[in-house]
Amino acid sequence: MRIGIDKDTCIGAGQCALTAPDVFTQDDDGYSTLRPGREDGGGSALVREAARACPVGAITAEETEDAGAVPFRTPGDTSRVPRPAALRAPVEKPPPV
Amino acid sequence: MTDTDTTSTGTPTNTDPTRDRGAADSVAFPQDRTCPYQPPAGYDPLRAARPLTRITLFDGRPAWLVTGHTAARRLMADQRLSTDRSRDGFPATSARLAAVRGRRTALLGVDDPEHRAQRRMVLPEFTFKRAAALRPRIRRIVDERLDAMIAQGPPADLVTAFALPVPSMVICALLGVPYADHDFFEEQSRRLLRGPLPADTRDARDRLEAYLGDLVDRKRQAPGDGLLDDLVRRQSADGAFDRELLVAFAVILLVAGHETTANMISLGTYTLLTNPRRLAELRADPGLLPDAVEELMRVLSIADGLLRMATEDIDVDGQTIRAGDGVVFSTSLINRDESVYPDPDALDWHRPARHHVAFGFGIHQCLGQNLARAELEIALHALFDRLPTLRLAAPADEIPFKPGDTIQGMLELPVAW
Repeated sequence: MRIGIDKDTCIGAGQCALTAPDVFTQDDDGYSTLRPGREDGGGSALVREAARACPVGAITAEETEDAGAVPFRTPGDTSRVPRPAALRAPVEKPPPV
Repeated sequence: MTDTDTTSTGTPTNTDPTRDRGAADSVAFPQDRTCPYQPPAGYDPLRAARPLTRITLFDGRPAWLVTGHTAARRLMADQRLSTDRSRDGFPATSARLAAVRGRRTALLGVDDPEHRAQRRMVLPEFTFKRAAALRPRIRRIVDERLDAMIAQGPPADLVTAFALPVPSMVICALLGVPYADHDFFEEQSRRLLRGPLPADTRDARDRLEAYLGDLVDRKRQAPGDGLLDDLVRRQSADGAFDRELLVAFAVILLVAGHETTANMISLGTYTLLTNPRRLAELRADPGLLPDAVEELMRVLSIADGLLRMATEDIDVDGQTIRAGDGVVFSTSLINRDESVYPDPDALDWHRPARHHVAFGFGIHQCLGQNLARAELEIALHALFDRLPTLRLAAPADEIPFKPGDTIQGMLELPVAW
């Protein structure tokens, strides 16, 4: 996967680092940067989710020919995305609030 | 409320030719909530009017209300919508807000490229990593407040004993504002945000600016190690000392830094205590906390009514926002768009609550969001962990909360354990 970060657009909100912490981090100035060794996304299914979470659209993620397929989620698609195991829990019917 | 009665604004005089969907355009915005964590029942016609519709503001002016999730994300990121409050015709959701519209507001009140330069100045203090590094200090503050509250014994008002002092102490430490002055700045923040009169808001702003101006002057003589000290030092070194800008920074960082998080802690606690099954689940598995915090952010949407003004015509979903039109984002309704969040009124942290707009979206998305998340996780975890029998000390429907035209939260929260 080819990941691009437009640093002139980035506002340092940290959404990418929150969403895909294995791939994105923030540099000393607060702007988004890729973790060393993870420049290709490291196969993380959360990269596209991180791109979508970016409030200013500074992140692009393109499949490269030889990369493993990562499902593309269109806007409005609310299907579950993989989350860290520690945060995963059985789904139960929510009570009315 | 003395400035305006937001719940009973009369028939609007809306003659805008672009309006349509007549059912919703007589709806007043904002209105008071009936349940402190659900949108007012009076917004129901607006739920049926996605992605945007017309509303009537307190002064009878029409404005656009954005209610659809996809449109909101697109428009919040659209820089043809200005956040510069000094623009002629910039909308206001209350007479109080209108009273201070012309004041210089850092970050939130400026457009790019000025905004970008301002944000860059403070960004390193608000990163993900910085928030993580502050966690032990936040935990200490949280524990000290809980120690004091427990020593005092039940009942307690959780707002004054815990929800307000925790973020107040954290932002003081981060900025380099003496916490000893907290009675003063908390009271002025309250008057700034809730008046009740426009004159209170103006006066509170004057007092905060005078206080923080003195503080900036003192720091210029003898800088300490807070963010304000750092800004003063850097500005002095650059030879471009802008005292007014530093004061504007200090006002917004101090007020936004404690009011919003305090409201999330008090209203979040109320919401969990009135949803005991959810609370039991959270207590059994604290690993759910990060997701719970996101879901609480979505459901509570405490900053409901973010303001912009169009500087050019913008086409949205077959309608045209005209240059000069006021645009209001209802975060509570956007965060309840059924096409993104099924069963949207339910508190359910097993849904992917990501992409909520409680922190806004676009270039003005909350600067302090990483800090806020850390504070909320730590405060809620410690509170329910250390007080397993925590309960409301008054009937849930009798506990007062804030009116609709300000940041939402509890006015008091009587608890026992």
